Amino acid sequence: MLENLKKLEKHINSELSSKIHNSIINNDELLIEVGENDLTEVVQFIKSNDKLKFRQLIDIAGVDYPEEEKRFNLIYLFLSHENNSRLKLLVKFEISQIINSITKIFPSANWMEREVFDMYGIKFKNHPDLRRILTDYGFKGHPLRKDFPLTGFNEVRYSEKEKKVVYEPVKLEQNYRNFDFESPWEGTNYLKNKTNIEKDGKKN
Amino acid sequence: MVKKTKSLNLNFGPQHPAAHGVLRLILELDGEVVEKADPHIGLLHRGTEKLIEQKTYTQALPYFDRLDYVAPMNQEHAFALAAEKLLKIEVPIRAKYIRVIFCEIGRILSHILNVTTQALDVGALTPSLWGFEERETLMTFYERASGSRLHANYFRTGGVHQDIPLKLVDDIEKFCRSFPKIIDDLEGLLTDNRIFKQRNVEIGIVTKQEALDHSFSGVMLRGSGVPWDLRRSQPYEIYKDLDFKIPVGKNGDCYDRYLCRIEEMRESIKIILQCIERLPKGPVKSIDGKITPPKRDDLKQSMEALIHHFKLFTEGYRVPKGDVYTAVEAPKGEFGVYLISDGSNKPYRCKIRAPGFSHLQAMDYLIRGHMLADVPAVLGSLDIVFGEVDR
Repeated sequence: MLENLKKLEKHINSELSSKIHNSIINNDELLIEVGENDLTEVVQFIKSNDKLKFRQLIDIAGVDYPEEEKRFNLIYLFLSHENNSRLKLLVKFEISQIINSITKIFPSANWMEREVFDMYGIKFKNHPDLRRILTDYGFKGHPLRKDFPLTGFNEVRYSEKEKKVVYEPVKLEQNYRNFDFESPWEGTNYLKNKTNIEKDGKKN
Repeated sequence: MVKKTKSLNLNFGPQHPAAHGVLRLILELDGEVVEKADPHIGLLHRGTEKLIEQKTYTQALPYFDRLDYVAPMNQEHAFALAAEKLLKIEVPIRAKYIRVIFCEIGRILSHILNVTTQALDVGALTPSLWGFEERETLMTFYERASGSRLHANYFRTGGVHQDIPLKLVDDIEKFCRSFPKIIDDLEGLLTDNRIFKQRNVEIGIVTKQEALDHSFSGVMLRGSGVPWDLRRSQPYEIYKDLDFKIPVGKNGDCYDRYLCRIEEMRESIKIILQCIERLPKGPVKSIDGKITPPKRDDLKQSMEALIHHFKLFTEGYRVPKGDVYTAVEAPKGEFGVYLISDGSNKPYRCKIRAPGFSHLQAMDYLIRGHMLADVPAVLGSLDIVFGEVDR
């Protein structure tokens, strides 16, 4: 498994050396970082190359790191049935940048990119139909950004007076409380110790 | 003179019994022929991914029950596997067997619902009445193991919540012996039924290439003749040691997908019976005290255990930095969790890959050129559950 991944990494690196920024194997998974302008070429390559054959796009995941200069990450997950292997492509970019859409290469990227657009506000160039997908009609903001509050901004209710559903600013009886429970506590070993003792046939 | 005709726009759903939940489908019709379908989803969007970012790993798990709510434990499984991979912990062998038993029960739950409601959509009432009785029996198994029929919250990082009662194993076995007869009965109603075949054969055909391009997985992929099942090709838990077949379709139409689901139920029964036969004794949770809470009777005796119990349920456990993607073969296809941990007790990001999302996306291309009456048939065979599509 690991050897196959190393071979795969070597092959991709030798074929696309100038476009690959970084490649890591961690937890038996291969992650390759590419520049945002090379994305479509790399995706086309890994789909059509005879040795790679990543013919299926599994998902596109956006990630938000508000402190970093290149704030957004996009992770493309690919699957190859022929080689029974998976690949993760990572793209890092700034908030103002527009990413090339891969809908021409993988038609299923259409909704996945719409979802990323909806959740993070990342725009895609040459996308056929970039609308919001999961949030409400007329929704404002991008909910999965880290600076978007968990409770949101608007709430809806049915108004008996107006005989329709009305939108109002969120009013909470008690603010959402996020406790910081983290402590230097490192967990315990006593369960392990106990089983060891029982195995030894001794009791304390 | 040529008479100009305007195409008709039709709103299908979100309140429509054949829309399988809250799908709003905007259809452009030319007479009775569908020219374009634009699915509007998100009416059941609950922000699961955002909520998970605010919760500890233990607290995040129940959200997975609420995704595909007809087969809850399969979803939990993907998340538990992801956290275990990051923590690099071993699951005891008995827990693996219990997990597989309940995942296969989940598969049967989901397939019964899908097969019978698909039949309902095309006009057959009886299968759903017969099938739902069996689902009820299966859900009592869920209840006896976890305490609730639907939202089980049973799998934990490092194992399952508690051991199953002794008699439950016997009852599951008894069910497995009698259930193939029920499948035969269902098949007797549907497989050679003239109306059922007229409504499903050569409807919504997907070729191999199209199935790959549209990110199909599970039955949608196998129905088109691609022999791909994660339980076989990228085996997790104990699937490697089990003997089961993977049914593959030929034509990729609604009828083949129905046949695949029926066969998969039979295979699931075989898997459960094998697991019951081999079910080993032992612990059902990892013995790593950093993840597993102490036993109930220890709480009464040991102060240390009490403190650890409290800390585990308030602070939770911290997961090493890293990112990981794990996928399981859920009844509907490849259900995956892409988990990013920043080393704290809460996930930094948890992307949920729902099979139904990709399947529904292909609705437009599947239904183009079909008649309006085929819309429920195709939708039924896609096996859509809005819990997971909208998340």
